[in-house]
Amino acid sequence: MSNSTPIADTGKNWIGQPVDRVDGALKVTGQAVYAYEHRTDGPVAYGYILGAGIARGRVSAIDTAQAEAMPGVLRVMTYKNAPTQPAFGPAVTPAVREVFTRPRPVLSTDRVRYYDEPVALVVAETFEAARGAARVIAIDYEDERGAYDLSRHLADAYAPQRTNAGFQTDSLVGDFEAAFADSAVKVDTIYTTPYEHHNPMEPHATLAAWSGDEVTIYTSAQTLANFRAGIANTLQIPPDKVHLVSRFIGGGFGSKLIVHADTILAALAARDLQRPVKIALTRQQMFANAGHRAKMIQSVRLSANREGKLTGIAHDVCSATSRFEEFCEQTAVFARSLYAAPNRITRHRLVSVDTNRGEWMRSPGEAPGMLAFECAMDELADQIGIDPIQLRIRNEPEVDPERNVPFSTRNLVACMQEGARRFGWEQRQAKPGTVRQGRKLIGLGMAAAIRPNYLGASAARISIDGNGQVKVQLDMTDIGTGTYTILAQIAATSLGLPPSAIDVQLGDSHFPRTAGSGGSWGAASAGSAVHNACEALKQKIAKVSQEVRGSPFYGSNPDRTEFTNGEIRIGDRSENLANLINRVAPQGLDAQGAVEAAGENYRNYSQHAYGAHFVEIEVDLDTAEMRVSRMLSVIGAGRILNPKTARSQIIGGMVWGIGAALMEESVLDPRYGHFVNHDLAEYHVPVNADVPDLDVVFLEESDGNANVFGSKGIGELGVCGAGAAVANAIFNATGVRVREFPVTLDKVLPGLPVQTSSGANRS
Amino acid sequence: MKPFTYQRAGELRDAMAGVAGTPNAKFISGGTNLLDLMKLEIERPAHLIDINHLPFNGIEETAEGGLRIGAQVRNSTLAADSRIRSNYPVLAQALLAGASAQIRNKASTGGNLLQRTRCYYFYDRNMPCNKRKPGSGCAALHGFNRMHAVLGSSDACIAVHPSDMAVAMLVLDASVETMDTEGVTRQIPVGDLHRLPGSTPDVETQLKLGEMITAVILPPGQPGRQLYRKVRDRASYAFALVSVAAIVHVAGDTIAGARFALGGVAAKPWRVPEAEAILLGEKVSTEMFERAADIALANAVGRGGNDFKIPLAKRTIQQALAAASQRG
Ligand SMILES: Cc1cc2nc3c(=O)[nH]c(=O)nc-3n(C[C@H](O)[C@H](O)[C@H](O)COP(=O)(O)OP(=O)(O)OC[C@H]3O[C@@H](n4cnc5c(N)ncnc54)[C@H](O)[C@@H]3O)c2cc1C
Ligand code: SF4
Repeated sequence: MSNSTPIADTGKNWIGQPVDRVDGALKVTGQAVYAYEHRTDGPVAYGYILGAGIARGRVSAIDTAQAEAMPGVLRVMTYKNAPTQPAFGPAVTPAVREVFTRPRPVLSTDRVRYYDEPVALVVAETFEAARGAARVIAIDYEDERGAYDLSRHLADAYAPQRTNAGFQTDSLVGDFEAAFADSAVKVDTIYTTPYEHHNPMEPHATLAAWSGDEVTIYTSAQTLANFRAGIANTLQIPPDKVHLVSRFIGGGFGSKLIVHADTILAALAARDLQRPVKIALTRQQMFANAGHRAKMIQSVRLSANREGKLTGIAHDVCSATSRFEEFCEQTAVFARSLYAAPNRITRHRLVSVDTNRGEWMRSPGEAPGMLAFECAMDELADQIGIDPIQLRIRNEPEVDPERNVPFSTRNLVACMQEGARRFGWEQRQAKPGTVRQGRKLIGLGMAAAIRPNYLGASAARISIDGNGQVKVQLDMTDIGTGTYTILAQIAATSLGLPPSAIDVQLGDSHFPRTAGSGGSWGAASAGSAVHNACEALKQKIAKVSQEVRGSPFYGSNPDRTEFTNGEIRIGDRSENLANLINRVAPQGLDAQGAVEAAGENYRNYSQHAYGAHFVEIEVDLDTAEMRVSRMLSVIGAGRILNPKTARSQIIGGMVWGIGAALMEESVLDPRYGHFVNHDLAEYHVPVNADVPDLDVVFLEESDGNANVFGSKGIGELGVCGAGAAVANAIFNATGVRVREFPVTLDKVLPGLPVQTSSGANRS
Repeated sequence: MKPFTYQRAGELRDAMAGVAGTPNAKFISGGTNLLDLMKLEIERPAHLIDINHLPFNGIEETAEGGLRIGAQVRNSTLAADSRIRSNYPVLAQALLAGASAQIRNKASTGGNLLQRTRCYYFYDRNMPCNKRKPGSGCAALHGFNRMHAVLGSSDACIAVHPSDMAVAMLVLDASVETMDTEGVTRQIPVGDLHRLPGSTPDVETQLKLGEMITAVILPPGQPGRQLYRKVRDRASYAFALVSVAAIVHVAGDTIAGARFALGGVAAKPWRVPEAEAILLGEKVSTEMFERAADIALANAVGRGGNDFKIPLAKRTIQQALAAASQRG
């Protein structure tokens, strides 16, 4: 990767600088090659997946003769002739991690487990020929009655063994029910959060090409090691026979953590045909076949004294889950750390439905959970008549309220106060529905943000060649977050070179294994590995410099070595790094570095990033159309590695919050079990016109317990609580509290005043 | 996609010969609707006649003082035309409220009028849909029908026509000029172009097989203030939940003329003359607008998910009429 930004000054700490994306020029000039765009030797064949027209049952007859006879068709694969794959296995894997690596067979049985599940693959000379042939495959189904609607099957709810990421299903502290029963002030409320889809710009796509018994797979993956294991386990070949390439990823948001049908089928078909095969899911197919956030019913109960001190917190979540593969989003887990209260309950329950499995969707847990919880806090503030920020300050815990360990850093109060000051929070009228401009109602709302910080085991390799060219390699991915850039900054800082001198190479399974992109841990994990690799390389360089005869540093003291301004300095002597390497190690040098998964520091401290969101909204008095007019997020997330890429991450999260609050919903038809609005014309995400001037402020902070940089994960933090701030602003504007997300105008309209003459409205 | 043949028509008679001589032929203009439907095999033409190169891309003044808009005029061109902007601002506003800039650059005047419904079930070939497959049933009727019609629908189909442009054309009393395969031309008022579903929702317009829209005729501009109000789920790039095209002419303190049309509520742009008539000669007042709105929606029937459209349409009518009757 070469840097597009000319950077002259090299003698500085690049960490914390707003360095432009090193891959920016490649992307905006179309030179960044994405999975489906790769070329291989020899002509590629194109696959098209045909999905089931029912949601539960079996294929009773399938006739592919006509499709096979169509011009250009090379192969039609169904469960009848697909290569043998291992059985899918139980709904819950024995170990948490195995969910990422388990076999994911496709077309291996006649069973249909969800609507649009692959029932056939057509491979042809062109995409159009494949799609055309797929349409003439005749299929009969034995349709079984499935269960689709969460709310109709609540009686079947069960407690899973654990939540996603291995958290305990339930937590119980004190005696909530007693505290709640006795309390004069209480909120007892139920929120629902809908099915949502990630919809990254780049669809799930794969090009598979075999060479002997080895397959090279160009795909769009967030975590290569997991993908590789998943593919190897499904194809039943050794992992080292799978070479994965994922250099550029057009967004993942958690939908590219496990292999999907495009990858498995491309690999199977390419092996069958002895020819490279490309398959992409269509946008419509992504709704059924690439994961979703499940629908949830969330009960939030709060009890407090009249001053707003919480005496009890209960967050009970009931979520839909796939019958064949369990996924329990950790929706109430954040509530274990957010506010103090002596009596507490958090619980997760699941209802099995006949849909595809849910997957990790940006900010799993916090995204839906804080929508409900932070709105309930707003309800409590309104009921007691205290400012929502004051309410939160009054319940600021000294230590993690359920784990009883100290916070590593926690600046939630500072975030709220700084945000209030900058946003003009004092202008907020506590009484809802009282601010009007023309035919618009204006409201302000806020909510807190919290998101755990992680560190995952990762390794990196670094090399410097005889001409001083530095190359960093690791199987980390850049899913659009800026990983290439921050890794260049980290290596540049360590080696005393400009970021443009560092060639960062990612997304190749031949490189050392990392934790990948997921859980907002990428920067810390991959970054630490790169940092350690750099330190190891510097030691090697220093050692060689002192040991090689003819080196200007021959025999000098290794303890006083500095790498700065493109030079190495030992004692009072300095030398251009490239020249030195050329003299002392003309064949080049390389080194490895690694970091272990967070251990002691993670056990001994409660590690989270925090923030506070502020929203101003305008609601049309006649039509209830809601448009955010201003939004600010103040973030306390440790040291910020690159304020530019970090800001983009937070802004992206805020936009997700606007979407979740106002429009995003995949509607499941309870009769057929399919997502009705499965395209981007009808699954609404915010467009530019919905996103006003968003502002982000980072507080000065460094968390020494988090990682070597003092940074914390920020990729998901912006989403957490953002939607609740929007919904709270709507309440403040209108006095209407909608508890069924998204808050669309049809739900607000009945609560608006009736129109009367002279612009005044009667209630 | 089903294989098809393609013909680029240089002259009108080539196009007409093509459509007359090939079974299951279709015109393609901007293709922004037709191609999407072909990819999903909801439309399966055997032959495509590209009419983009026919000489129908001009906007000319008519002898009556109106405008004749060629069927190939792009939505973006039409919205930017200075005569449209000054004399028919409701039309410019409606066009700009539709789709995205990229789609408007491709979309033609004729294609916009003949675009098909966005009903989710129509788009999914696994679902029953009388419009796509006559006799198969209507999945929307008891399904997710938030976007569907509250006026003029039947149990066979409750789809809405999604065009914004057509709503403005209706309030402007525009007519569609067509030519059939025999070369016969006729004019159809925009309000009569689309048919209500009845028991044959698959038959959507009055056009005969192979009949081409060649132009849209606008009568001379109306006195009064014009506006297009589109209510939607996001600020841009969403179809109307409800829209109102309104023209109100206030002389002194009384209403000398008032007309309004609704979008997003029926299988065609909707206008209720009785609702307009009661406003004539009245003073501007919320009560009068409320009465007009009530009359306009008097026959409305909700289907569950779209019940909100009835009060929403009324409130939007009132807002639009009030705004259009303001001076300045
Ligand atoms: C994501 C999205 C959002 C959109 N949002 C909106 C919106 O908010 N508001 C809105 O109004 N529209 C919206 N549209 C629809 C858009 O306006 C139409 O797709 C466009 O106007 C169709 O014009 P076209 O020239 O591309 O038609 P085509 O796709 O070329 O043709 C459409 C149909 O008309 C027929 N046809 C075309 N020209 C003629 C003619 N001269 N004579 C006879 N038959 C003809 C074709 O055979 C075909 O059946 C949206 C579309 C998309 C994809
Ligand atoms: S409303 Fe009309 S278009 Fe939609 S499913 Fe029913 S019949 Fe089909």
